[in-house]
Amino acid sequence: MGRIYIFTRFERLWHWTQAVLIIGMLLTGFEIHGSYHLLGFEQAHRVHNMAVWAFIALWVFAMFWHLTTGEWRQYIPTMTNIDKIIRFYASGIFKGEPHPFKPTRERKHNPMQAQTYLGVTVVVTPLLWLSGLAYLFYNELTAAGYRIDLGTIATVHTVGAFLMLAFLIGHIYLGTTGHTPSAQFRAMLTGWDDDH
Amino acid sequence: MQVLKRVSIALAMVVMMGSAFAATEQKAGAPDAALLKSTADHSKFKELQRPFQSGPEVTKACLTCHTEAAKQIHQTQHWKWEYVNPGTGQTLGKRHVINNFCTSVSSNYKSCASCHIGYGLDDKFDFASQENVDCLVCHDATGKYKKPAGFSGHPVTKDTEFPPGSGKIVRGIDLQAIAQKVGKTRRETCGTCHFYGGGGDAVKHGDLDSSLDRPDKALDVHMDAEGNNFTCATCHKTEGHQVPGSRYAPTAMDKGDAHLRGKADSSNPATCQACHGQTPHGMAKLNDHTDKVACQTCHIPAFARGDMPTKMSWDWSTAGKRDAKGKPLVITNDDGHVTYNGIKGDFVLEENVRPEYMWFNGSVKYTLMGDDIDKSRQPIAINTFEGGPNDGKSLIWPVKLFRGKQPFDPVNRTLVVTHLAGEDDTAYWKNMDWEKAIAAGMAAVGKPFSGKVDFIETVAMWPITHMVAPKEKALACNECHAREGRLDKVEGIYIPGRGGNRLVDTLGWLASAAILVGVLVHGLIRFVNRKH
Repeated sequence: MGRIYIFTRFERLWHWTQAVLIIGMLLTGFEIHGSYHLLGFEQAHRVHNMAVWAFIALWVFAMFWHLTTGEWRQYIPTMTNIDKIIRFYASGIFKGEPHPFKPTRERKHNPMQAQTYLGVTVVVTPLLWLSGLAYLFYNELTAAGYRIDLGTIATVHTVGAFLMLAFLIGHIYLGTTGHTPSAQFRAMLTGWDDDH
Repeated sequence: MQVLKRVSIALAMVVMMGSAFAATEQKAGAPDAALLKSTADHSKFKELQRPFQSGPEVTKACLTCHTEAAKQIHQTQHWKWEYVNPGTGQTLGKRHVINNFCTSVSSNYKSCASCHIGYGLDDKFDFASQENVDCLVCHDATGKYKKPAGFSGHPVTKDTEFPPGSGKIVRGIDLQAIAQKVGKTRRETCGTCHFYGGGGDAVKHGDLDSSLDRPDKALDVHMDAEGNNFTCATCHKTEGHQVPGSRYAPTAMDKGDAHLRGKADSSNPATCQACHGQTPHGMAKLNDHTDKVACQTCHIPAFARGDMPTKMSWDWSTAGKRDAKGKPLVITNDDGHVTYNGIKGDFVLEENVRPEYMWFNGSVKYTLMGDDIDKSRQPIAINTFEGGPNDGKSLIWPVKLFRGKQPFDPVNRTLVVTHLAGEDDTAYWKNMDWEKAIAAGMAAVGKPFSGKVDFIETVAMWPITHMVAPKEKALACNECHAREGRLDKVEGIYIPGRGGNRLVDTLGWLASAAILVGVLVHGLIRFVNRKH
């Protein structure tokens, strides 16, 4: 058993801030959508809109960090060994087999994980960003001559939100599949992965 | 410590002296409270220092100085009771439309002319007459001027028994005293007619009643007697006696900016935008609403808010019942308001009414006398607010829907004029005989009547635009941004919170639930196996 320092302080701050903002935006977003009553429309709308600006600011920092540290390479997709990962989650995990992937500083994510994060980053998030900004600046867009139906914008935004929700459920669950159910959460909090 | 105390005392003195100076300065600049706003004291005019036997005599005196006033009045709807809508080509105005209150002024002028800005309006009225313009009904400052029903719009100057033989006395009023005190129009003068339309206080509009004589801020933020104290004319600002703002041709959407003092502006000054402009809210997202939602929709959360119930429906078909003494039966509710009258039928009265909402572009189409009506398609629209989500001219407006059930001619398939008021045998309010009353009414307008009477459901639309609440009382977001909210029935617009794409929602929740169940089952198997 060894320990490696796998998640830097900024990375952890980024992750957890983003987690709070995304969960907050999902909760308030589906309320704005009319799915349930929690804070009331006005308050939900206010929180959602404040969260989005915080999210955008956080992303600027995260992008800068990824580009300057070269950490963006963590998300380069690969099919190598992905079959082993799938086989592990489909059966090996029930038999007590060890995880086929050992994270290192150079490669923190298993291939399935990296692919998923990349998908969230290049598909789901832009879908939410673009539709969200169009939603927010709908009147300005209309005034500028872009005649987009608000219902269409909202539908795209909702599709994005459901994809994010689906990711969130899977992500939280897979977080429990470390060598102990809490190991990966601890790693994300302290930065130290002790499964070595 | 001592030093500090001294310094603070000195400072306080300086501040006090400063404010004293400011007070004197303000006094010097402000006008004396007793200063007359008008340049004329009408009681000093020789022309008005004599007794007047009739309204036209007063008008002649007025015209000696105000030489053009009558000619200005002649051009108004207040005088003509006629309006040709350039958009629809329909000839409208009180002299032509049929409504679902007392149906028509035709054949009922003796009573209805009380609210004409003239003297003696009837079917043969001379609309070129200057002396028959009634100056006092708008410019009375005493509150004593009255034009009782039954006198064709004339004031009564000598005590008169009315109806003749009834033993009831209508007191004469002193026109000389009233004429010497004329002034600008007030809420009460406009309200003499506009608060009492449809036969009584608050009956017709729903957003205009005598509670606006002296409203508080909660009832009307602009007319608040202790605050802004607007008169009607503050917004309906006249020029040459022409009163802007009309429900026959309302300004449903005003895209202009706020009017500026000194800048020539020909647009309707009575719209909200004429003062508040296009972006009145501090919060940008609220301003984003102004291209689709009329200001009134959020800022008038309910009408009839002044403790005066407005009439919401009127069923003429039940009229005709008499009490034990043979008099028309009258039933009142707990508040003392009449809910059934043998000469009128059943009423439904309501206070604090939530309006209906609809797209409206300012064009109003009427069902007029002679228009073919089909009973199978009732309720018949007395008038229809036109517009829709995509014409670029419509906003979502609050509306009072007034439902009626009124007589019509089932053979000629047309709405009818009913002769209601009058002392003759054919007036319905006298003898309660529909055939006679309608025959007389239709004869008065020269239209055919089959002699058959049936009743038909009708509905009229009234725009809600007065009784603007203070901003704290404006609608909260969730009033409309909700399923089954206020705008639930308004089509052609996406309203967040009202419900989105059904397919996306169903698939989205199903997929999320499936994933959740999937991971829970996965976890359960792990837990049971206790390997990881």
